[in-house]
Order: sequence, then C-alpha cells, then structure tokens
Amino acid sequence: MSQQRIPAWITVGVIPLANILIAAIAAGLVFLYLNINPIDALQSMVSGAFGSGYGLGYTLYYMTSYIFTALAVAVAFKCGMFNIGGEGQAYIGALGVGLVCLGLGGHVPFIVLLPISIIAAAVFGALWALIPAALQAYRGSHIVITTIMFNFIAASLMNYLLVYFLKPVGTMSVESAVFDRASWIPQMHEVFAFFGIRIAASPLNLSIFWALFVAFAVWVFLWRTRWGYEIRSVGSNTSAARYGGISISRVTILTMLVAGALAGFMALNVVQGQAHQIKLNLVNQMGFTGIAVALMGRNHPFGIVLASLMFGFLTQGGSELQFEYSVDARIVVVLQGLVILFSGALQHMMKHPIERLYLNYARRRDANADDQHPAEA
Amino acid sequence: MELFNSIIVILDATLRNATPLIFAALAGMFSERSGIVNIALEGKILISAFFGASAAYYFGSPWMGLLAGVLSSVVFAQLHAFATVTHNGDHVVSGLAINILAAGLTAAVGNYWFSQGGNTPNLAFGDTQARFTPITLPFADQLADVPIIGGIYSELISGHYLLVYLAFAAVPLCWYILFRTRFGLRVRAVGENPHAVDTAGISVAKTRYLALLMTGILVGFAGVYLSVAVTAQFSPNMSAGKGYMALAALIFGKWRPRTAMQACLLFGLLEAIAIRSQGAVFLGVEVPVQLVEATPYILTVVLLGGFIGRSVAPKVIGEPYVKERS
Repeated sequence: MSQQRIPAWITVGVIPLANILIAAIAAGLVFLYLNINPIDALQSMVSGAFGSGYGLGYTLYYMTSYIFTALAVAVAFKCGMFNIGGEGQAYIGALGVGLVCLGLGGHVPFIVLLPISIIAAAVFGALWALIPAALQAYRGSHIVITTIMFNFIAASLMNYLLVYFLKPVGTMSVESAVFDRASWIPQMHEVFAFFGIRIAASPLNLSIFWALFVAFAVWVFLWRTRWGYEIRSVGSNTSAARYGGISISRVTILTMLVAGALAGFMALNVVQGQAHQIKLNLVNQMGFTGIAVALMGRNHPFGIVLASLMFGFLTQGGSELQFEYSVDARIVVVLQGLVILFSGALQHMMKHPIERLYLNYARRRDANADDQHPAEA
Repeated sequence: MELFNSIIVILDATLRNATPLIFAALAGMFSERSGIVNIALEGKILISAFFGASAAYYFGSPWMGLLAGVLSSVVFAQLHAFATVTHNGDHVVSGLAINILAAGLTAAVGNYWFSQGGNTPNLAFGDTQARFTPITLPFADQLADVPIIGGIYSELISGHYLLVYLAFAAVPLCWYILFRTRFGLRVRAVGENPHAVDTAGISVAKTRYLALLMTGILVGFAGVYLSVAVTAQFSPNMSAGKGYMALAALIFGKWRPRTAMQACLLFGLLEAIAIRSQGAVFLGVEVPVQLVEATPYILTVVLLGGFIGRSVAPKVIGEPYVKERS
C-alpha cells in the first residue's frame, strides 16, 4: 500500500493547507469580481478581527460558539454519524438556559445558578438529539434527514413558545423578557474591570473558558475512556465493533446525547453571556457553520479550537468588510462556503496530486541515497 | 357557498405552493435514485432564483430568466457531481457547501449588481413585463359565473403561471424517464448496485453526472418559478427552506414521482392553511400555526421511523463509488 509511506505531516499539514490556499484563491477571485483588492480586504479583515480589543473580543466570542457547535458535529462524526442538527439542538439548549435564568435569576446566587443553567443547556440539547438518535438506533432512519427535520421542528416549536408563553404581555417583538442581571454570565470587560483593568467592551464572556475546558474534556472522553473507545470503534468499523460485543444502538444514543449537550452549551455563550434573553433565530446558522469548523479541525478537539479561531476571524473580519467596502455582510457566508467546498467536499482533490508528488520525490531521494551508499543497500 | 369559495381559495394556493416543491422533489429524485444524497436542493433553488431574476431583468424577458436560471442550477449541480462523483467527496458536506455558497453568493453579488440590499429590481414596473404572468385558459372568463364549475375551472384550474402546469406535466414525464427508458433504468441501477452496472460496461460516473444534470434542470424551474413568476423579484434567502421541504416530500413520497407529488400537494396545502389563518381550528381545537408549519417535517420523521408505512432509500445512497483496486 502506497498510503503507508505518506508521512503524517503531509496528511495533517500540507494537504489541509493546500485546500485552504485554494479556498483563499477562490475567495480572492470573488473579491476581485466585487471590485475589492483581496490583499487590502485581508488586511482590513485582520485588523478588524485582531487589531483592537473590541474586534478581538468579538472574534473570541464567535470562536466560543463555534467550539461548541463544532464539537457537537465532531463527536457524532467519530461514531460515523452526521449531526446536522446542531442548529436545532443549540436552539432548544437556549430554551433550557432561558427557563433557568428566567425562573431562578435573582432568586439564587449566580454561583448556584450557573451549574443549573449549564446542566439545563446540556439536558435540553441532548433531549433534542435523543429522538433522531433513537430513530436511527432502533428504526434505522437516517440521522442526516431526521436531524434536518428536527432543526425545522425546533424553529417552529421555539416560535410557538416565544409567541404564546415567553413573550411578555404587551410587547411587540417576539422575544422573551430580559433575564435578571444576577443570572448573566460575566463579560470579560466586566471581569477585567473588577481587577481594575480597562478593556474594550465586547460580548466575550466567561463561557470561553468553559468552551476550552469542554474541548479538552471531549478529547479525554473520546481517547481516554471506554465510552470514547466504543464510539470510535463503531465509527471506524461497525461490524467489528458489533462483533467485539459493543451495542451499536446504545453507543449511537450515547453519542448523540453527548453531541446534543455540546450543541446546547452554545446557548450559554449566546443567550446567558450576550443576549440575556431568548430571541428568534438566535443560533443564526452557527450550527451549520459548526460543520465547517469540525471539518477544518479534522474532528479533533485541538484542531477544532484552532479552526474556531479561524472562523471567528472570518466572521468578525468579514463583518468589518461591510463597513469598509460597503460590500454585503453575507460575503462572510461566501468565504465559509468556499472553505467547506475546498476543505470538505473537494478535500480529496489535492490529496492525490500532492501524495504523488511526495512519492516521486521520496523515490528519487531514496535512489540518490542508494547511489551514494551502495554498501548499505 | 362561502365554504366552497374558501375551499377553492385554499386549493388554489395549494397548487401554487406545491409547484416549486414538485420541481425540486423531482429534481432530488434523479440524484437520490442515482445514489447521491441531495440536501443541496435548497442552494440550487436559490441560485436559479437569483440568476433567473437577474437575467429576466437584464433582458426584459422571463424566458431569458428561465434559461439563465436553469443554466445556473445546472452548473451548481455539475459542481455537486464533480465533488461527489469525480472526487468521492462526502455527499452531505458537498450539499452543505453548495447551500452555504449559494446563500452567500446570491446576496453578495446581488448587492454588487443592483445595490438593493441583495434584492434584484422588481421585474414588473411600468411597461416592462419581465415576469411570467398567469395564463387564462380558454373559456375561463365565460364560465367564471357558472356555479361550482366556474369556481373549479376558472378559479382553481385556470389562471396559474405556465410553470404550475409544467410542474404537473413533469410528474408523468419524469416517471416515464425514470421507469421506462434505458437512462432511467441506469439511474436506478447505479443507486442500487453500481458494481453490477460497472460490470455491464456502463459508466457509473457518467450516469450520475447525467442524473445530476436532470436535477439541475428541474430544480432550476423551481427557483425561476419563485423569483420570476411569483414574487417578480429576487430577495436573499427567498427559498426559505423549500429545498429541504421538497427533500422531505421526496422521502415522504418514497422516492417515486406520483407519491412525491402527492406529498408536495399535502405540504402545499398545509402551507396554504398556515398562511391563511393564524392557527386553524381542527375538530374544535385551535391548532397553532407553528404546528401546521412543522407538520410536514413531523410527518416525514414519523414516516422515516417506520410508524406509517416504510420509506426505503436507494441502497447505496450517500456512498461514493470506488472501483476495486488491484
């Protein structure tokens, strides 16, 4: 097999970078067409995303959301499943967080409320993933389709709950009451202000530490526990896993519960950390973007943290373009689409040429080495 | 009579709502029958709606809009084939890429071309009639006042856009192509057993490219219908989940043309009810409009769970075809 001779730095380094490079070139062509100098655009994106405390705060805020939604995709992927339901799971997770904050906010101290809202986010998100998981495990219906359907069902359900129950009487806009201040997750500029350091105000809040911790926990879970081992076994070879005595249905459901809980955590950042109320469409495609992030991060928690940073940069930097070039804000969506296209859908396109190139190079190098040291051969 | 009239109005809306779903579901049928999961219908509808409306505006002709719309969705469908067939890319990821790319490109390019926040200009203003207009069938005006028949013929059957009639005509046509032609047999065969097809000397890749060509053409009609006929304008994200709903209808219709059309009509009816009333009254209980909106998806999940009948997908759907290597 020729594949064994391809070193890891090619597979996890060169090929992904080549894919991103092509995506960047394609994005550059789009920018040129829109009459924007791509180099200038990149510069203003970088300065918009990292150049100020304000911009950096937003970049890291988006990064936090992406870590959660991407982990939700990655855990399912390790089990060989495609969880497209992050959008709905995060939305329902927001319901859990919102109910806790609305019900307990101001009545119990924050330090008591926070664990409850974290658990609520996880439980609500997990429950929303449970039905598609059970249908896949016991009835054989495909999880891609059911999770798509559940995204729409979640949207209708949340719409209904907001209109009929959560919307305060007498208000026009479809959103819940603002939570009691005591239930808000402190934002970073408030934390710094507490220590007497002034930084620019941004939605970045303490959830980012939870996100990083959860990413580490997912790594431990997947690679250092029995459950993780079972999940990865089912993902890499279902029949072998079944033969080894693993219950596929149980692992399917466990995986999706974990995935749903991870997606639900996203609500901590967006709802409890930033909006402080339940709004319509609060997930705002971040569940879908999580799929792209997971792809780029190669479904590994460490890679996902890096990829989340990059997508946070794309999101924040891209919105900066809107102000500077009066280009449509949805140019960011184009960039995301190109990344998914080239590092996801077309990820094998560059693989064979690069591998062939390397093999040719390696063969020539070995041949040279043989020439110089004939005795060793 | 009041009841009769409101039934006619709802059924009339049902036909209008079902049309894009029928085109898109038939489109999805070709790709899924050939083994390619198609969650990209949404993006392809959007792209054809955008280029359709833009071309219709530019040339002042709905027909040029139709042509451009169909061409654009064909290009995206072939891109889908390039990723999934030529490069064995994941079908779901490719579909997502197309959906996200379409949502971004249409808005960004649209804003650059027309500077109207991503919208195209209205296709019907002053003398320019760059949109499709409803067709009045023969004698519809004369029969309009006849009780019952007038309602059914003049209101319900007559007075739709050409594309509505085309959608219903496309159902038997697609059935014929899929179940009575050599091409259709091959499409179904590569979705069930590509190795056997390959052994018979037929190119799996070519068959799938052709199947996705059919997808592109049909889904183009859905997009053009939305922008050039119904709203006479493109606006960002105007597909609003119709691609996914068509996919649901396709699954609900068990990947067959007639049953898929029936599912589209059912979903179109639900949409008509949801739009018409803020909540419908069913058996004396008020049903919230959100439940009516969610019903197509709930029904599809229930069907997929095998609780009402069984919906069995083409066998190798979602799996890239890789020839055995020696």
